[in-house]
Amino acid sequence: MDKFTQLTGVAAPMDRPNVDTDAIIPKQFLKSIKRSGFGPNLFDEWRYLDHGEPGMDNSKRPINPDFVLNLPRYAGTQILLARDNFGCGSSREHAPWALLDFGIRAVIAPSFADIFYNNCFKNGILPIRLDAATVQKLFEAEAASEQPWQPTIDLQAKTITTPEGEVIAFEVDDTRRHNLLNGLDDIGLTLQHVDDIRAYEQRRATEAPWLFPGRG
Amino acid sequence: MAAKTLYDKLWDAHVVRSEPDGTSLLYIDRHLVHEVTSPQAFEGLRMAGRPVWRTNSVVATPDHNVPTTDRHVGIADPISRTQVETLDQNCSDFGIDEFRMDDIRQGIVHVVGPEQGATLPGMTVVCGDSHTSTHGAFGALAHGIGTSEVEHVLATQCLVQQKMQNMRVTVKGHAPEGVTAKDIVLAIIGEIGTAGGTGCALEFAGEAIMDLSVEGRMTVCNMAIEAGARAGMVAVDEKTIAYFEGRPFAPKGAEWEAAVAAWRELHSDADAVFDKEVVIDAARLKPMVTWGTSPEMVLPVDASVPDPAAEADKVKATGMQKALEYMGLKAGMPISAIPVDRVFIGSCTNSRIEDLRQAAEVAKGKKVAASVKQALVVPGSGLVKQQAEAEGLDKVFIEAGFEWREPGCSMCLAMNADRLEPGEHCASTSNRNFEGRQGKDGRTHLVSPSMAAAAAIHGHFVDVRSA
Ligand code: SF4
Repeated sequence: MDKFTQLTGVAAPMDRPNVDTDAIIPKQFLKSIKRSGFGPNLFDEWRYLDHGEPGMDNSKRPINPDFVLNLPRYAGTQILLARDNFGCGSSREHAPWALLDFGIRAVIAPSFADIFYNNCFKNGILPIRLDAATVQKLFEAEAASEQPWQPTIDLQAKTITTPEGEVIAFEVDDTRRHNLLNGLDDIGLTLQHVDDIRAYEQRRATEAPWLFPGRG
Repeated sequence: MAAKTLYDKLWDAHVVRSEPDGTSLLYIDRHLVHEVTSPQAFEGLRMAGRPVWRTNSVVATPDHNVPTTDRHVGIADPISRTQVETLDQNCSDFGIDEFRMDDIRQGIVHVVGPEQGATLPGMTVVCGDSHTSTHGAFGALAHGIGTSEVEHVLATQCLVQQKMQNMRVTVKGHAPEGVTAKDIVLAIIGEIGTAGGTGCALEFAGEAIMDLSVEGRMTVCNMAIEAGARAGMVAVDEKTIAYFEGRPFAPKGAEWEAAVAAWRELHSDADAVFDKEVVIDAARLKPMVTWGTSPEMVLPVDASVPDPAAEADKVKATGMQKALEYMGLKAGMPISAIPVDRVFIGSCTNSRIEDLRQAAEVAKGKKVAASVKQALVVPGSGLVKQQAEAEGLDKVFIEAGFEWREPGCSMCLAMNADRLEPGEHCASTSNRNFEGRQGKDGRTHLVSPSMAAAAAIHGHFVDVRSA
């Protein structure tokens, strides 16, 4: 998993509550055997004018010119500004996989669905909870900016600094912050105990060598 | 030293480290992989640039999606085909042994593992499939895992686990003639319910269990998951040891001797204490048939479909009512009066050579009833199929009007082309009778192989002891 320390990037407004996982990545794409490659189908129903199916050439599909991520101003978006209950719906990890594959590394919202919130951390995405009034202020600052609006998120300091120079503090629990700062997913955490695993194998290979074929 | 259960022994031997709250890293000896639950795990490894920790602990074979006819023309369904091809690609990229679709050793992963000696007594065995409990039949600690855990085990050889509770089901005395392993486990589930083993490692013990062949014990452990337990297990005895001698992945020579000595310790100590104990009297067991949409909705073949009105528990009564509606059955009708439209002999529960022998014995010299649209026999592996053909069982089945197929999961979950039509009743040797499991609106009745064969011959359920 990629580390998340500091990020300065374009933020795009997703100005509606209850964006569910099926909107983030429609269910016909869940049959895929991959966890990457969902990016072109992120928000598929909103992004394109036709109905998407796996295997289509997305570059040839009619684009919805009004959808926020299709506007030139939001090219290269890495941060989403969102409303209440972002990521509700199914427990599958395809939603964070799709966001990540598109290039989104952080989502700022007043609230998130629980499982989605967890799954974000597992996949290197930082979900930031702020009170609704603060989120509203960010939406307004973004809308008022002439240039693409690029805040800086500092996970070490737990702050968001707006291009206007305002500093906003946010909360995130220490373990999750530590893991994200160091790029540790569940596997990464277990791999911190590589020495224990190797020691176990060595001991066990003497006790029960038949469990370790080819180890001489 | 405190007396230990079999589960305690297996757990203790595999703990790499423990946190103060009991969360432990458990070392995994054998990882079995199939095409459905592994692609995103391999993808995850690729994205993170991680290798497989120990490739020779992994054995793979496609099973869920493989066609059971016309293998040479490949897989027609594009999604199934992609999954199987992806498994092939992943195994070759990561250097993992795979029995591919055209390999004689290919088959249902839970049949193939023990058959190859890839599963051995005393091992921890995992697979991205809930019926991994099957492998506990040999005194192994075996359970199913999810895709993110598949990736975790591939990358680290470990699983993050909390210890489960100890539960023992003792089937005491000897089972009557005509009562098979499948009937025993269905009776156990009928008794303790589908949540009876939740949170437990479930040991099956008692004379009736130890009387079973190791293949019969696999049938019992296979359905531990339907009794709510992620892991089922049986102690090692001489039958277990004899089963593994000479298997391709089994130890040889001096290592074999050392292994056997260690395996002989794989039983619960006489004074070990279990958190939960259930005792069942084998003498009163009969051939069983499920009538509803949960494996616990099961009765002896000579019983009648139960009446929800007679059930005091309101929630249960509603569940029964819904099940009867789905199954198209009337309270009070004899189970033997339920007509059978299709018959499926196969699945990781009952597709081994002994299962096929039992079914063939019933089918021999008989004909599948005209009212039965299809009767399928799907061996669990290419080697089971080969063995059955060497014994002439294929001819017995074909002459009786059964279809003889290529190995795979087939109609157990209807991921390939084999499935029920809406409303059809199926006598099935598989393990789940959930709504839609064998095809949309299909009606599954779980039975033993001999009961399934008898139902095929008669067109309805019959007591195989008098058929
Ligand atoms: S035979 Fe059925 S239960 Fe067994 S692994 Fe295949 S699909 Fe699962």
